[in-house]
Amino acid sequence: MKRALLAIAMLLSACGEKAVEPVFFPDENPQLLSDWGAVSVDRGELRLGEGVTPYALRTPLFTDYAHKLRTVWSVGEATPRGDWAPDFPVGTVLTKTFYYPESGSNVLKAEDMQPVNGTRGLDLAEHRLIETRLLVRRSDGWHALSYVWNEDETEARLKRTGAVVPLTLASSAGEEAFPYIVPNENQCASCHIRDATDGGLEPLGPTEAQLDHPYGYAGGEANQLAAWRERGLLVTTGYEPSSTDPLASLDGRARAYLAANCAHCHNPVGPADTSGMDLTLSADGPALGHCKPPIAAGSGTGGRRFGIVPGAPDQSVLTYRVASRDPGAMMPEVGRSLVDEEGLALLEEWIGAMDGACS
Amino acid sequence: MMRTALAASLILLTACGGEQEAAAPVTDASYQEELQLALLDAQPGDVITIPAGTYAFDRGLSLTADGVTIRGAGMAETVLSFKGQLAGAEGLLVTGDDFLIEDLSIEDAKGDALKVTEADGVTIRRVRVAWTGGPKTENGAYGFYPVQTTNVLIEDSVAVGASDAGIYVGQSKNVIVRNNLAEENVAGIEIENTQDADVYGNVAKNNTGGILVFNMPNLKQAGANIRVFENEVEENNLDNFAHPGTPVASIPAGSGIVVNSHDDVEIFGNTVRDNRTANVIISSVYSSNYADDSWSDSFDPYPERIALHSNTFEGGGNRPDGMELKAAKLMLFGPTGRFPDVLWDGYAPEGRSPEICIGDQGTEVLNADMPNGSKNMRVDAEGFSCTLEPLAAVRLAEAL
Repeated sequence: MKRALLAIAMLLSACGEKAVEPVFFPDENPQLLSDWGAVSVDRGELRLGEGVTPYALRTPLFTDYAHKLRTVWSVGEATPRGDWAPDFPVGTVLTKTFYYPESGSNVLKAEDMQPVNGTRGLDLAEHRLIETRLLVRRSDGWHALSYVWNEDETEARLKRTGAVVPLTLASSAGEEAFPYIVPNENQCASCHIRDATDGGLEPLGPTEAQLDHPYGYAGGEANQLAAWRERGLLVTTGYEPSSTDPLASLDGRARAYLAANCAHCHNPVGPADTSGMDLTLSADGPALGHCKPPIAAGSGTGGRRFGIVPGAPDQSVLTYRVASRDPGAMMPEVGRSLVDEEGLALLEEWIGAMDGACS
Repeated sequence: MMRTALAASLILLTACGGEQEAAAPVTDASYQEELQLALLDAQPGDVITIPAGTYAFDRGLSLTADGVTIRGAGMAETVLSFKGQLAGAEGLLVTGDDFLIEDLSIEDAKGDALKVTEADGVTIRRVRVAWTGGPKTENGAYGFYPVQTTNVLIEDSVAVGASDAGIYVGQSKNVIVRNNLAEENVAGIEIENTQDADVYGNVAKNNTGGILVFNMPNLKQAGANIRVFENEVEENNLDNFAHPGTPVASIPAGSGIVVNSHDDVEIFGNTVRDNRTANVIISSVYSSNYADDSWSDSFDPYPERIALHSNTFEGGGNRPDGMELKAAKLMLFGPTGRFPDVLWDGYAPEGRSPEICIGDQGTEVLNADMPNGSKNMRVDAEGFSCTLEPLAAVRLAEAL
């Protein structure tokens, strides 16, 4: 039945009439990404499926300068949960496609370009697709799947054990070869299980605060929260956007960066609570790292004595680990091979501007 | 006797491992996917068998399922090599309960070799973790690294070359570490912020520090009730090669058994020999390299209720590490003299006795008088002749 539907959907899209119809698989994991219909390749572009909503985060997680096309497809409204991603109904499929602008055999470090939406796909002549990750809300909870694109960019296949994709990143600073790491299923869980005592996977990105940001939809630019409510993706709640832009201040930007890049592990119930380090938006004092000695950082200390030494980024463990490429020392532990130079600069500026000292 | 035989056979095994390494075995890289897939698909009760061979991995392995056994063909026969590791902070990361691993080796992990977190029921038996290039700062931090776990048994295993601790048990409850060999690590065995641990029958040799019992600030759980007994803690005189900034970087080379800011520790029946700074060090966080004032008020910085009895001490204390200790030794005991077997930094709580009780006949304590800038370093004749109730033996919950 599903297959028949899919065939019809494909036929339709081939005629250029209609986008592919997404499919929710309640139990099985199809081997091909195209079976889901959330995103698929058509006429040289990566396109969204019918009714699939693209979104972007205000402060995204760094992944080796990859660009990310995020989509949500759902059958009902999600219920907000404050600082964490809302509770989406069974049948929701979130996707995140990791891609780079490319030039020859290199991938490029570049700003985000035109948003992908219902009328405009991603031009594959200029972009290289790496992988598409799915979070699927089934009756027993969320499932994480990663599909790796073939070289021809015609199809992505399920790769449960992850993969290493050798890439060379070109930027104004030159060329840098690095292994792009596609996570295995358990590594997906190592970030998406935010509460290590409870054990369930959950989405991390689409919190209300992260969605409170404009997106270039087919019908024009609009605030994502408003758009999600209008499209029946999100229950309208009392979420009050900050009257001032939280990213306007240095502190706001740095804390948002730490929350997006670290707090999925470094929260009071997260896998990194062993470190005593809490990098959620509400953390403070030693828990945030101020004059806090490392517990079990091993080589991750870089010879530095405290998580954060106010005014001294070059003496802080935090910046050492963000600047490291050594798998045994770097933070985050998974999800990157390269250093986020801009993120590092932000954290250095933030720590550099702090007053005080560690005794 | 039994223990000695075991330790000897362990040493023999590592020796064999070394020889095999020299022969440059052919490593099999194709097994990586197969093993990781087996770990992903594992169900409670599954036994994953890894045949003899040397297998290369470029990414860390992980297991989340409960009740899984991983079994090799022997620690000299089945070797998981992470020499070419590109990603992953561990060789193997386990988060499932009732986990058992036995009879294999994990070599040259970029970070920790075997980390187990948030699990109830951990058995590690006849497993060798090693960094094969000798003791180096670039080596991974921890060999065996159960943290926030309960009912943990580590036995008949070997840890070599960790740049932090070979066998590290952190923030855990109900732990037995027995009949293992730890050598050429910064810390041979370290028990940290853990409650109810028995550490016995181990050989800790040629590390910077042999056996450490630490209580660190800023963690949810304080350590309590640790028994360290019938171990051989010998010649832990290796220069400290920890990353500066790590807590173990402040361990002087030549430390036998070290208790830091930890209460309720019973140390008995050990043979502690030829550790050049001191056979036993009892200290407070105040004399560590992380002595600062950023811990919470509930943290107790003083080591209290520490019992030593029935130990055999031999040699040691003759060539302490660090200029200050060297000078102190020379001044107090002369060029050919040696420190007493127990070195205490002298930090004690106000208004109550720290109850450091030394029942070993003739064992003296050097009070380093660090609260007063070591102005009056002295051998304290009095204050240590108390006795404490023996701590209870650890009983692990029934396995599986």
